[in-house]
Amino acid sequence: MPQTHPAPPLDVDVLIVGGGLVGGTLAAALAQDGVSTALIDTEDPATLTAPAHDGRASAIALAGQKVFAGTGIWPHMAGHTQPIEDIRVSDGPSLLFLHYDHRQIGTEPLGHMAENRIIREAIHARLKELEAAGKPLAWLAPARVAEIRREAGGARARLDDGRTLTARLVVAADGRGSPTRTAAGIGVRKYDYHQTGIVLTIGHEKPHQGCAFEHFLPAGPFAVLPLPDDPTEGHRSSLVWTERSRLAPAILKLPDDAFQAELESRIGDFLGAVRPLGPRFGYPLSLQHAAAYHARRLVLVGDAAHGMHPIAGQGMNMGLRDIAALAQVVVDSHRLGLDVGGAQVITDYVRWRRFDNMLMLAVTDGLNRLFSNDMALLRTARDLGMAAVDKWPDLKRLFMRHAMGQTGTLPRLMRG
Amino acid sequence: MSAISTASPEETAKFAAMADSWWDPEGKFKPLHKFNPLRIGYVRDRLAEHFGRTDRLEGETPFEGLRLLDVGCGGGLIAEPMARLGFDVTAIDAGEKNVKIAALHAEQSGVKVDYRHCLPEDLAEEGKTYDVVLILEVVEHVADLAHFLQSVGRMVRPGGALIAATLNRTAKSLVMAKFGAEYVVRWLPRGTHDWRKFVKPSELTDHMRHAGLTPGEVKGMTYHPFADSWEMTGDLSMNYIMFATKP
Repeated sequence: MPQTHPAPPLDVDVLIVGGGLVGGTLAAALAQDGVSTALIDTEDPATLTAPAHDGRASAIALAGQKVFAGTGIWPHMAGHTQPIEDIRVSDGPSLLFLHYDHRQIGTEPLGHMAENRIIREAIHARLKELEAAGKPLAWLAPARVAEIRREAGGARARLDDGRTLTARLVVAADGRGSPTRTAAGIGVRKYDYHQTGIVLTIGHEKPHQGCAFEHFLPAGPFAVLPLPDDPTEGHRSSLVWTERSRLAPAILKLPDDAFQAELESRIGDFLGAVRPLGPRFGYPLSLQHAAAYHARRLVLVGDAAHGMHPIAGQGMNMGLRDIAALAQVVVDSHRLGLDVGGAQVITDYVRWRRFDNMLMLAVTDGLNRLFSNDMALLRTARDLGMAAVDKWPDLKRLFMRHAMGQTGTLPRLMRG
Repeated sequence: MSAISTASPEETAKFAAMADSWWDPEGKFKPLHKFNPLRIGYVRDRLAEHFGRTDRLEGETPFEGLRLLDVGCGGGLIAEPMARLGFDVTAIDAGEKNVKIAALHAEQSGVKVDYRHCLPEDLAEEGKTYDVVLILEVVEHVADLAHFLQSVGRMVRPGGALIAATLNRTAKSLVMAKFGAEYVVRWLPRGTHDWRKFVKPSELTDHMRHAGLTPGEVKGMTYHPFADSWEMTGDLSMNYIMFATKP
């Protein structure tokens, strides 16, 4: 390797490893409030927004939308999202419906659907805006962390290309397989569902009217989630088809006409003729939770801390809750001149988020176990249960508020 | 060293013995760490107002260019944040071990603070003056309060500010601070405070006036035991903080 004079380390308050939806939003939240931040991602931002990179779409709960609004990201995506006006849930061949209608709790929609690609583009646009405004943000991508040394007074990171950074706090936002978490020796508890989420965008003849359908089939939930109309493709929805993992590879490889026939048999005819748009993606589903959310000078956020079953569409929204809480404790400490990576900040963040996340993991896991099942007795019980929820407005309002992300102690960013 | 020392030797020895655990937020000084954000927030906001820096509070170093003296700095729980907020900080303590630990910690954290093991009267005799002098949780440990305030008062430049925080000498504080805080809740190690040395707000304002200062706003800092949190209130019966200026 050529020897050059080493550049002085870049000194920041917070170093975020991982520039995905959660890490990127945290960078915007911190930099806009004057907390000096470095955001590192191994991928070139242009690759991340290519349609072939991530075929998923996300349901953004109302609280998540507030986080995007509070960080200046929402205006960059507002024209490309689909409000969810109501949610219909049905159970196998049963005729009992659970019907969530947003008019039961207010006038705001239950959430918004957006393709992940669109959310990433909006985050990138906001980060560029903050850089241009002279906010203290160093966005290093593509770049790879070679080593992080965490010491009593701060952390020092060395990148693959030889650059060094010093920071008070390191945030691991590098996903389910988080190398930062592994390097810190933090283990994960993992449960494999033996289910695969088959994800793709479909075009359809009739409009979806802003309605999300969740159909519980024996193999797992099958969801049709509304996307905004496309000028060339017309009416679109995002499909999440949960299948047993041993069958999924064969389904993913089916010829187009056979795949289409499988789709039609599951969706029915309420959207008219349907056709796949673009590639099919397969995501193995597992539940995992980090054994700890922190180590000296380090905290975990988003999927690095917790991965859950997508049944309730809460994965990204929980990540946004994490970073809204973390941004609040960090910004508050920074404004007082306190050490943003000190034990107090870390303790405050972990106490705030860990219990809430454990509860949500347990709830979504339980829902999946309850619904991925075809036992007649269980089916009758849950049919009656769903009908009861539908007939009991107070209970249903509580469920809906939870789906919208409005329960628990909300960080300022989530209150809007 | 001056002829009359304002720090009593027993007091100095007591604090030095505890200094090792200054910076552990879950350690012996947990209550001070809990309490710190409230008093720093008050200090920051009042000083920003006084020096016309309110519009700079969201920036990196709102108090750049101002000199601050932290008297009785302990492990540096106030001095470091003040330096990060942009003040040019000198911090002194009568306990040599405190100063050493504070200097070591600041170096580790990459914060620039000029720590000195000396008494305020030493600096005052050198003719040093500052834009801001802080005497937080200090006067209740001082042997000769009148002399102490004369010394610190001399070091506030005309137009500058002084902020003092301490414990009031009331029946409630006798019960709470002495038996409640130190014995029951175990906030602070036993024997940290001597209730007889607690200072009434009226006594503090008298000493301030004699030292050429103009006492201003006084606020209470109240602990809510069930929420385990602190709040600024109008209740001066326990912890209070006083803002003063020098004409």
